[in-house]
Order: sequence, then C-alpha cells, then structure tokens
Amino acid sequence: MRSLNEFNCNNWKSKFYFIFLLRSLSRYDQKTQLRGVNSMEGLVTQIQGLSGTDSDVLSLQNLLKQADDSLHAESTRLLPFLDQLDPAKHSLGYLYFLEAFTAGPVTNEHASSSVLMIARFISSCVAEQIRLAPDKFISVCKRFKDQVLLLEEPLRGVAPMLTAIRKLQSSSEHLTALHPEFLLLCLLSKCYKTGLSILEEDIFEVDQPRDLFLFCYYGGMISIGHKRFRKALELLHNVVTAPMPTINAIAVEAFKKYILVSLIHNGQFPTNLPKYASSVAQRNLKNLCQPYIELANSYSNGKIADLETYVEANKDKFESDNNLGLVKQAVSSMYKRNIQRLTQTYLTLSLQDIANRVQLNSPKEAEMHVLQMIKDGEIYATINQKDGMVRFLEDPEQYKTCEMIERIDSSIQRLMTVSKKLNVMDELMSCDPLYLAKAGRERQRFDFDDFDNVPQRYNI
Amino acid sequence: MDGEEDTSNPMMEANGTGGVDEAPLSSTSTRKNRPIISGEPLDIEAYAGLYTGRTKIKRLIFIASRCDNPAMQLEALRMAYDEIKKGENTQLYREVVQKIEGRLGPNYEMDAAWCSTIERKDEQRKEKLESELNAYRTNLIKESIRMGYNDFGDFYYAHGALGDAFKSYIRTRDYCTTSKHIIQMCLNAILVSIEMVQFSNVTSYVSRAELTPEALDPPTVAKLCCASGLAHLEAKKYKLAARKFLEVGPELGNSYSEVIAPQDVATYGGLCALASFDRTELKNKVIDNINFRDFLELVPEVRELINDFYSSHYASCLEYLGNLKPNLMLDIHLYNHVETLYDQIRNKALIQYTLPFVSVDMRMMADAFKTSVSGLEKELEALITDNQIQARIDSHNKILYARHADQRNATFQRVLQTGNEFDQDVRAMLLRANLLKRDCNLKASRKV
Repeated sequence: MRSLNEFNCNNWKSKFYFIFLLRSLSRYDQKTQLRGVNSMEGLVTQIQGLSGTDSDVLSLQNLLKQADDSLHAESTRLLPFLDQLDPAKHSLGYLYFLEAFTAGPVTNEHASSSVLMIARFISSCVAEQIRLAPDKFISVCKRFKDQVLLLEEPLRGVAPMLTAIRKLQSSSEHLTALHPEFLLLCLLSKCYKTGLSILEEDIFEVDQPRDLFLFCYYGGMISIGHKRFRKALELLHNVVTAPMPTINAIAVEAFKKYILVSLIHNGQFPTNLPKYASSVAQRNLKNLCQPYIELANSYSNGKIADLETYVEANKDKFESDNNLGLVKQAVSSMYKRNIQRLTQTYLTLSLQDIANRVQLNSPKEAEMHVLQMIKDGEIYATINQKDGMVRFLEDPEQYKTCEMIERIDSSIQRLMTVSKKLNVMDELMSCDPLYLAKAGRERQRFDFDDFDNVPQRYNI
Repeated sequence: MDGEEDTSNPMMEANGTGGVDEAPLSSTSTRKNRPIISGEPLDIEAYAGLYTGRTKIKRLIFIASRCDNPAMQLEALRMAYDEIKKGENTQLYREVVQKIEGRLGPNYEMDAAWCSTIERKDEQRKEKLESELNAYRTNLIKESIRMGYNDFGDFYYAHGALGDAFKSYIRTRDYCTTSKHIIQMCLNAILVSIEMVQFSNVTSYVSRAELTPEALDPPTVAKLCCASGLAHLEAKKYKLAARKFLEVGPELGNSYSEVIAPQDVATYGGLCALASFDRTELKNKVIDNINFRDFLELVPEVRELINDFYSSHYASCLEYLGNLKPNLMLDIHLYNHVETLYDQIRNKALIQYTLPFVSVDMRMMADAFKTSVSGLEKELEALITDNQIQARIDSHNKILYARHADQRNATFQRVLQTGNEFDQDVRAMLLRANLLKRDCNLKASRKV
C-alpha cells in the first residue's frame, strides 16, 4: 500500500481510493464482529438442530469441542445465547456455553443470579447428554459450590448438588468428584440427614482416590454428628487402610478421628493397623498422631482419673484439631463401659455402690449416667429411687418375632449378593492379562513346562 | 489335728512282709508318732531328722533365714553347724558361721584350723583322684573310668562344687555298660540338679532313667516319681505334680532322704491335688488311693482337710489350711507356691459351694467361710468376672442367683454380628481392589 503522502495530491482517484479503503476496513471490522456473533448464532442453531438423536448429539459434541476456545474467548457475552437454548433439550450445548460463561471471576451480584441459573440447569438437564462431557459438568458444579459458599448459603446448594450427583453417576456404586462437595455442603449447612442417605449406598468404583478420601472423611464426620458410630468407624477405616503411595493429610486427620471413634464404639483401639493397610500408613500414621495414641493407652488402663488429667493437659492440641468434643465423648464412654461391665455381675446394685465402683463423685451422678444409658438403649435397667437401687434386666429381645426373621433374611440376601460380586471380581482378575503376566513371572517352577512363557499379548 | 494317739509307724505295719526298707528311722524314731508337719510350731530336731546329707543343711539354713522366732533360728543354725562339721563343705560352713554371728557361744565360732585341715585334705584327695583317673584312662578300662568319674562327682558334691559334680556324673555316661549304671548316673544327676535348682535337667534325666525299665526296682521308681513331681511343682504345673506324687509307692520309705521325706510327698501331693483336681479325680486318686493313704497318715492334718473339703465342711478345711501355713512357709520347695495354692483351694471351695444351688443367701455363705459379707461379695465378683461362677449378685438383698447363659440368644447375636462384619470386610476389600486395579491400569497405560 502506498504511503498516504502519495494520496495528498489533489488526485480525485486517490481520494476515492482512500475513502474506499477506510470503508472497507470498517466493513471488515463489522464483518468479523458479525462473524463472531454469527458463529455463536451458527453454533446455537446447530445445537438446536442437532440435539435430537444420539448420533446427532455425538457430531454436535465434536463441533462443540472445536468451538470451545472461541466460546471461552466470548465468555462475557454469552448470556443472551444462553436464553435461546433450552437446558432440557439442548443440555450438552447449554453445558458448554454455561461452562465458558462461568469460567471468569464472579462478583457477589452476579453470584446470586448465576447460582439460580446453574441450579435450574442441573434440575432440568438430560443425564445422557451431560455424561458425554463429565469434566465440564464437574467444573460447573464446583463453581456452583464456590458461589454458594461465597453467598454463605450452603443450604441452597444441597438439593441441586444431590440431583447433580444422581445425574452424573453411571450407577449407584460410582463415586464421582461431586460426592465430597455434596457432603461438604451438608456439613456446612448442618443438614446431616440428606448426607446420611448417600452414605448408605455402597461404593465400588472410584475415579480419583482423593475423592474417596475426602468422601469417607466427611462421611465419617457426618456419621459422628448423627451418633452413628459404627458407620463412622467403617468409613474412617476405609480412609486409613486405603492404598496410599504417600502419606496425605486427609489420612492423618481421619486416623485421629478413627482412634477416638474406635474408643467410643468398641472400648479399645487395636494397636496395629491391619496387614492390608499400605506400608506408608503403617509406618507413619502413628508417629503423626502421638497424643491420640497416648490417649488410647491411658484409656486401656482403665483409670478414669488418669484419663481426665491427660485430657486436661493436652486440651489445646485436641482443640486445634477440632476434636475436643469427640475426646470428651470418649471419656464419658469409659464410664458407660464400666457400668456395662457391672451388669454382667450384678442383678441389683445401689447407686452409691455404682458411684464407688465407677469412680463417680456421687450417687446423683451415677443416677444421671444410668438414666442416659437406659434412654440410649445401651443397658436395660430400672431405677428404684425409694431404695436408691438399680435393677439390671436382661435384653428383652427374644429373636422370635417376624421383624427379626425378616432382618436375618435380608441380611442373608445381601451377603449372598456381595459374595457373588466377590466371585465375579475374582474371575475377572484371574483372566486379566496384566495380572497373569506378573503372576507368571513370579511363579514357582517345578517342571520343564513351567519355564514356558505365560501367554502374553502377541503383536501379529 | 494332733497325733496324740499312739499309732506305730503305719508304713511299716501295712507292709510288714514285702521288700520294704526295714531300716529304722534315725534317733528320733521314738518321736515318730507325733506328726512333724502340723499346725504346731515346727519341731526342728524332728524335722531335720527326716533328711540326710546336703539337703538337711540347706533346709536348716532356709528355716533359720525365714523364721521369726530367734530361738528357733538359733536352734536351726546350731544343728546346721553340727551337721556341717561332720562333712567337708567349708563354703557352707563359712556361711553358717556368719549367720550365727557368735550368738551360740564359743563352741560355735569360726574354726579356722578345721577349715584349713579340710582344704588341705581336699587338695590331696583331688590330686589322688586325678592321678587314678589318668591311670584308668590310659588303661582304657571302662568300669574303672566310670567309677573314677563317679568318685570325682561324689568328691565335688561333698565339697559343694555342684557344677563340677554334675559335669563329672554326666561324663560317666560314655562308660556305662549296664542299665544299672545308667540308673545310677541318672539318680546322681537328678540329685545334683535338685540341689542346683535346675529342674529342667531333672525332668530330662527322669525320662532318661524311665527308658530302661528292666533295671528299675520299686524304690527307684518311687524316687523318680518324687523327682519329677518336684520338677512339676517348681514349674507351677500343679496338676501334673499332684499326679506324680500320688503315684509314689510306699516302697519309698526313707530311701530318698537326701531329697525328700514321705511327709513332704503327702503334703505336696495333697495340696496340689486339692488345688487342681476336680471332685471325681480327687475322690478316685486321693481319697480312695490306698497307697497314698499311708502317706497321708503321716500328716493327719492334711488328710483331715482333704476330707473336709470333699464333704463340704469348708470352715474347718480353711481353718486347717490357716494353721498349716506358717510351717509350710518354712519348706524349701513349697514356700513360694503356698499363696497360689491356697488361693486356688479357696476359689475352688467357693465355686463348689455355689454349684448345687439356684439361689444362695450370702450371709450364710459368709458364715460358712468365716468372712464378712462385703469381703465375700468382692471375692464372688472377681470369680464371676473371671467366668468361673455363672451367677449374678443381688446386692440389695444379698442373694446370689445362678444364671445360665441363654445359648439361643447368644447364638443369634453372634450370627448377626458375624454377618455385619463379613459384609463390611468384603465391601471394603472390593473397594480397595478396585483402587489398586485403577493404579495398576494407570501405571500400565503410562508405560505403554
């Protein structure tokens, strides 16, 4: 292009040419803008057109993947397009747009409206379509959680997150990355019952080990909050014995709670982790949780006074771990265990005697403890206040009712299902080529034939 | 309780004809009618008269160290001194003189001249024995070598060098030709091991001796039974000890006075049996045992207390036990087992008392056992917690109610619990397996 100077001459041709150039430049700009908007519009139309059948949706997915970067580039201007799409019919497209839209930083005003939008999307989207892009869905939901927390209204997030989990899961045994987020919301909003419902399901497939650790840890905390100590023990046990290449902080915190719950539920703490726990855990966990191990030792000695002094001395450490409440429950569980032992030896016992034997301060305290235990169903007894006597009764359960038979029957059915699953997995594993290769290399060789190679994959 | 009746030595009477060691007891045979181990303060002279040799001295020293009564102490030490002077053990002599501390007057002081004479004689004898033994060894006459080593063993034993004595006796093993020799070696080894308080050797040599039954005559069999009984007692295996002591035949007589007296056999056997046998065994092996009855005649208090226990007169049984205790604490083999045996006997008595009843009034039971109700309650609580008595205490009315565990309910509970544990374990296992598989797949895909 010639320099402008050359057009300074009063040449009508050059003026014309110059004006023509300017106009074409602006038209170029407009065109690209228009093309940008047009490409969005084109995308929207394509989404609307291709969301009908499954094969269409697959080709749509390819298109969307290619258009992903441009979507992210236009993230601030996607709002009007979102209104054109229907989350129920065009879930996949909507998801891509939504993910790009929420990628940027969000302020408080925007947070509340985007929270609404995401919640509506989650409730109305189609599961099959979003499962084609699980990562996007997960990141959208995670941002949803962040925004809900930003607004300090975790309760708003509980129900949508539950729906999200149900839609993302390929089966009820599948643990997604959203499970721990959901439990976190339940914990923060103190809505434990909803959390418990998810904990009742059995988990077998896991995407990321970190999800499992967090899920079991939060699940343990929820169960503790609901006083379901057996379930808590099971969940925390899973964290502590899971395969771990290196020690992680979640396992350490879980171990601390595991010791305390084990004392409350079983009255004792097994000094060694089971053999199937990872070697990393076996070596390191105890060293990192020394005050709790000391607490467990003191508990097993049986002297309440010593236990209480130890707790007092180390109160700060327990408090900094947020475990002080649990520690106090452990101490009171010791009284309970001592009283339970008395039921094995005595038929009736005076409250004064109970107070003496269990090292309580007065018969009134003994009465309170016994009353609480009767209410919780931990012992069967009647208190005669006139004589100051407690009469211990037998467990009235006779195992003769229909409910009991049903319970036993359903237990048997469940065990059979689990057993079958185990057999299936065993068979699958025996045919797995990786396993066979490893086992084949390390097997004993007694005969000439044993030196043959185990069938490997042949690259023909 | 006391032996005022003038019964002559029943062992001699019962086996008047048979091949029994008819040799009379030592000078205290006139006193044989009074039981020596009884509830009365121990008659030291009579007690010491039961034993000979080194064990007599050791027992006297032990009594002196354990006894509170200074008169008895001095009496024991005096007799020990006299006994040692008859022998050649200067080491024990020094020990006893030190313990006497000059309290017995000038006759019982350190006789240094005697010591040096003995030691000189030692040296000479030892050289002589050594030269003899070397001569025999060069001549390779088995019998002489064996006797040479035996003499050495006897020499060392007399001088208190027990380890060397043991080694010498053992070395005769290679030169033993007849089973009689083997038996002799075993008996010597057993004797020295008992003195050294190494009862593992005792057991092994007893079994070794029992492998040659053709040379075993009844007194030897009895001796071996006593020895193994002592070994079991030391190892706290009271049931086995009782069985062994009860097998000792009357042929023992006084032939094993270097180790044990028949009174001891009766006492140890009786107490261990009472502490460890159940009722049927007690009846069959102790009360109806004719041979053992003769032994028990020597310690009538033990006989009485066994009978009382069997017929449920617990108060008098426990009273006899209490009376016997001070003297039993002076016994060199039994003293550290007395407490355990007594506890076991008392617990058995308590359990046996409650066994036939559905409900027991604890006040009457406390009377029967001569203890307070609260003390009894504590003892019963310990037994119930230990699962030895199946009962529950009604502390308000002070009644003990028998309670039999409901097997059916317990089984149901266990079944449900096992089911839950199985479920939990398998699910956790499947989860872990899936995690491991995922890791393996990741690693494999990374390698590829």
